[in-house]
Amino acid sequence: MKPPPFEYRAPATLDEAVGLLAADPDAKAIAGGQSLMPILNFRLAAPTMLVDLRRVPGLGDIADGADGVRLGAKVRWRDIEDDARLQRAHPLLRAAVAHVAHYQIRNRGTVGGSLAHADPAAELPGIAVTCDGEITVVGPAGRRVIRAAEFFVGPLTTVLRPDEIITELRLPPWPVPRRWGFEEFSRRQGDFALAGVALFYDLDGQGRACGAHVGVIGACSRPHRLASVEAALNGCAVDETTIAAAACAAAAAVDPPEDLHAPAEYRRALVGTLVERALRAATQRRSA
Amino acid sequence: MTLVNRYIGAPVERIEDLRFLRGRGEYVGDIQRPGMLHAAILRSPVAHGRIRALDTKPALSIRGVHAVVTAADIGAVPRIPLRLQTSPATEPFRQPVIAADRVRYVGEPIAMVLADSAALAEDGVDAITLDIEELPVVADRHFSGRHEILLFDDAGSNLAMKFTGLKGDADAAFREAEYVRGERFASQRHTALPMEPRGLLAEWDAAAGRMTVMGAAKVPFFNRRTVAAMLDLPESAVDLIENDVGGGFGARGEFYPEDFLVPFCARHTGRPVRWLEDRREHLIAMNHARQMDCEVEIACKRDGTIVGLRGDVFVDLGAYIRTNGLTAPRNVAQFFSGPYRIPNIRISSHALVTNKTPTGTYRAPGRYEGSFFCERLVELAAKDLGIDPVEMRRKNLIADAEMPYALARVEPGDLYAHSECDSGDYAHALDRCLAEFGWEAKRQLNGKLIDGRYHGVTLACFIEGGGAGPKELARLVLERDGSVTVSVGSAAVGQGLETVMAQIAADSLGLTIDKVRVLHGSTTLLEDGYGAFHSRSTVLGGSAVHEAATILLDKIRTAASTRLRCDPAEMELVDGRAVTKSGRSVDFAELAGDGLSADYAFANDHRHTYAYGTAAAHVAIDPGTGRVELLDYLVVEDVGRIINPLTLHGQVIGATVQGLGGAFMEDLVYDQNGQLLAGTLADYLIPSATDFPKLRAISLEHRPSSTNPLGVKGAGEGGIIPVGGLMANAVANALSSLGAEPNELPLSPPRVWRLANPAPE
Amino acid sequence: MPVAFTVNGKPVAVEVEPRTSLADCLRDKLRLTGTHLGCEHGVCGACTVIVDGVAVRSCLMLAVQAEESEVVTVEGLSQEDGLTPLQTAFRKHHALQCGFCTPGMLTTAHALLSEEPDADEARIRSVLSGNLCRCTGYIPIVEAVLEAREAYRKGGKP
Repeated sequence: MKPPPFEYRAPATLDEAVGLLAADPDAKAIAGGQSLMPILNFRLAAPTMLVDLRRVPGLGDIADGADGVRLGAKVRWRDIEDDARLQRAHPLLRAAVAHVAHYQIRNRGTVGGSLAHADPAAELPGIAVTCDGEITVVGPAGRRVIRAAEFFVGPLTTVLRPDEIITELRLPPWPVPRRWGFEEFSRRQGDFALAGVALFYDLDGQGRACGAHVGVIGACSRPHRLASVEAALNGCAVDETTIAAAACAAAAAVDPPEDLHAPAEYRRALVGTLVERALRAATQRRSA
Repeated sequence: MTLVNRYIGAPVERIEDLRFLRGRGEYVGDIQRPGMLHAAILRSPVAHGRIRALDTKPALSIRGVHAVVTAADIGAVPRIPLRLQTSPATEPFRQPVIAADRVRYVGEPIAMVLADSAALAEDGVDAITLDIEELPVVADRHFSGRHEILLFDDAGSNLAMKFTGLKGDADAAFREAEYVRGERFASQRHTALPMEPRGLLAEWDAAAGRMTVMGAAKVPFFNRRTVAAMLDLPESAVDLIENDVGGGFGARGEFYPEDFLVPFCARHTGRPVRWLEDRREHLIAMNHARQMDCEVEIACKRDGTIVGLRGDVFVDLGAYIRTNGLTAPRNVAQFFSGPYRIPNIRISSHALVTNKTPTGTYRAPGRYEGSFFCERLVELAAKDLGIDPVEMRRKNLIADAEMPYALARVEPGDLYAHSECDSGDYAHALDRCLAEFGWEAKRQLNGKLIDGRYHGVTLACFIEGGGAGPKELARLVLERDGSVTVSVGSAAVGQGLETVMAQIAADSLGLTIDKVRVLHGSTTLLEDGYGAFHSRSTVLGGSAVHEAATILLDKIRTAASTRLRCDPAEMELVDGRAVTKSGRSVDFAELAGDGLSADYAFANDHRHTYAYGTAAAHVAIDPGTGRVELLDYLVVEDVGRIINPLTLHGQVIGATVQGLGGAFMEDLVYDQNGQLLAGTLADYLIPSATDFPKLRAISLEHRPSSTNPLGVKGAGEGGIIPVGGLMANAVANALSSLGAEPNELPLSPPRVWRLANPAPE
Repeated sequence: MPVAFTVNGKPVAVEVEPRTSLADCLRDKLRLTGTHLGCEHGVCGACTVIVDGVAVRSCLMLAVQAEESEVVTVEGLSQEDGLTPLQTAFRKHHALQCGFCTPGMLTTAHALLSEEPDADEARIRSVLSGNLCRCTGYIPIVEAVLEAREAYRKGGKP
């Protein structure tokens, strides 16, 4: 399973990299390659050139500031694991990333790569969408910021143009008392999720949920928030009745694909179960 | 000469490990030859069709692509013979080594591209234009069985073969039975999946007229005979070399199309040719296995005594009968009854062709499937009759006193039409298993919902047939340094053959193990050999080594007594020296100049060995997801005699985990167009390190085999046999309050979820 | 195009096509055939090598991406005489049968224990879940890695 032939460049600057992509519509950016290389080895794509970002500086930082958590596009899963600040600064992100793939892949796979690849079962796109993330991309015309909710349009499809490179994902600031949950089900550890749920809510003065965000991966063509589930939570105490209603709404809200791993009805039920378990965990948990 | 037993029975660390741990193993993909070309194969993208046009010119125009070989270059395209269960009736179903006109499965070879690198060879494959007229696809055995679309016009039907296992008078038994239960079960298509895909490297020496092929495994002598005939060469002009092999499990080493195509291309181009199978190719090209479904009935007395077994098994064979494609269909008919005394049996097994990858043997072929079917039936009968599941098994297990016990005979007959369980105290293994497992305590949890999970506890009994004949060859040669070189016709597939044979040889010769060197597999070593399958290497190869050692020691004794001018009877052979009563001695090394060697062909009159045992398991099921967690698993197996407890344990645990993969997650799913959907390792799921951490195995030497001087029984496959039935019954027990009847494997999360959450009527 | 890096402590410089994987470069150009190819799509782990201190799947890395890197293969984890503690533990526990997944198991275990000599059984299993084995059923491999921890704790890199 050897890839078709391509040229290779490792530019020293972001501008150079963008320039190379702009000059050839069939050129593709590569960073960790953990998603792209299997595609090339299966000959499912035949880019004319790979533009390696490995020498491009400034894309590998994790920042935690007043505007939230900023992850450079070349930040690896391993870097997120190793950054102790994130325990408190974004526990939901950490929890989700703990499920990504395997040890060796986590040493090379990147934030930018995951977002650009847009697998519907991938964890980071799910976090980005659930948390109202913003994705910064740079192209020949300069930089633009795209809301995560608008970034993913379908399986393996985003609004990223062929001559654009992702530089950063920003997740809004995370208040310490926030309640959250992340539940995923996969066949074996590290496999793609058959379904996954990321959620959080804050509590108002009367101990009722507000600002609920509930996102789903794996049981859909792209990660998205479940408005009906959020509506079932907002304004309510998160007790067993609310949890049951939310789980029910979740199962009804998704339109899962059928594939060799699971029929739609199973994924539908699974989403309900995962929402239920994530909410239960949220009620028992406090951030940091 | 009695065995010293310094090594036999000891957990001797493996000799082969030294090179593997250093990354110095030599697998066929590690070997290069000067001027070597790399081969890639154009395979049919459709499941059933007629080739209308094939244009290889675009491939040949790629720089670095040297040749493209198609059926046209071969002329009369040979077809692959069967190695086992041969008969004239199988003729129409044999696979041509390359497709000429008709393609019958996705993956069937159409052309071989030879290039300077594997990448260029793949570029060449992509460049070939192919026009195939699609024919209606026979996607499953049901449609096949209507015989409306035939895969082979000559055959007149899609039924490749029917086998029947017979004993007593099943119809009479069912007529008179107090209780009868019928049921349908299905085992899914899955595969051996060794970690090393296949590979071959062929070199043609035109001057000498010799063909050498590296990458052989399992049955190199049969394959040599076959390829020599196909290439119109005398057998003596062909050598098949066994390198290090990354797992076989029954699937690697049989004669596949590539076993002809690669040597042919070496001769055709005049350059060495290496073909390395990639994993995507492997999943559609290497033998599939296990896809069977059945409609069967069990007949019992009210007290649970089984009086009859009757029914039909349907095997989804794939597009052709492979060299051993009929072994599993034949075995399921004969071994369905497992360790149970069932006096009246009629099980018919129907092997039907379909437009899918052909099938062959995979560890315990037909036995794993039969055990699943049988254990489910026995468990259902026990439930219906209100009999404790342990007692149900105990009262029906073949007794020690009944040995040897004749199993069902198979028709059409073959060398093993009549097979007997040689020895065994099945109840002993049962009792030992229950005690070690903690049955009494664990069974209290059966069917209970604890902390949101349903618990299931169950057992299964099994036999493992091994030691397939007809014979095996060994040659021992005394070397000048006093060491002995042991050549044996068995093959190494990762099972520790070198070490086990060395242990037997060392003890048989009274030498230290460092004085023994074992060579195996390659056709250059011996005139003939029979290979590694059906757990035969220790039984037959080991016995051959042992007997040859006895002969060699006699020759050494004679030579020493001549040298020392004394009575041979007064000679003691100890640690590589021959010593007289008075203390004069001569080292074996000093006698080597006499050219001392011994050959032995050990034959066992086609008598199998039967290891046997009981396995028990405890599972917990999450009804929200359908996940089954294996909380405890214990298998107890009596193997007659243990040569190396370390490697034996490895076989049992390894086989168990393969069985668990089949029980829960492995599935070669096809769509209605005959396209394999599970085409990558991300979709074809095998167990990983986190899936089944809690496994235990205990091996016994309770009843040695009477069929060979070592008393050993083949034990490489037993671990896998009971797993399917055991897991299905565990799930059934756990979900008994919901009336769950898990009759289909694999027990995937969606299936188990559905059983745990039955749809409202 | 040319690429230069170090392998097992020695500098190498080779000419490769851009599309050549690091695995194929090691195996075919440098004749370090201990690194094995079991899938070429990043699932089986038989190709695991250590690049700049971390375990990676060499089938998912281009050789040209290893420019200026330090690569350690299974051959580099051996010593002249005898076996290392990790190798000894594998042999003792019969943690290999056909040997094909073994190089990937060794490099992964070495990378893990070098950083986390106190890894517990759950952590070891979790990390090794990215390395498939068809022969052993994993139990002896986990036992071997647990036993090898002692040597890594003493401080030196065995």
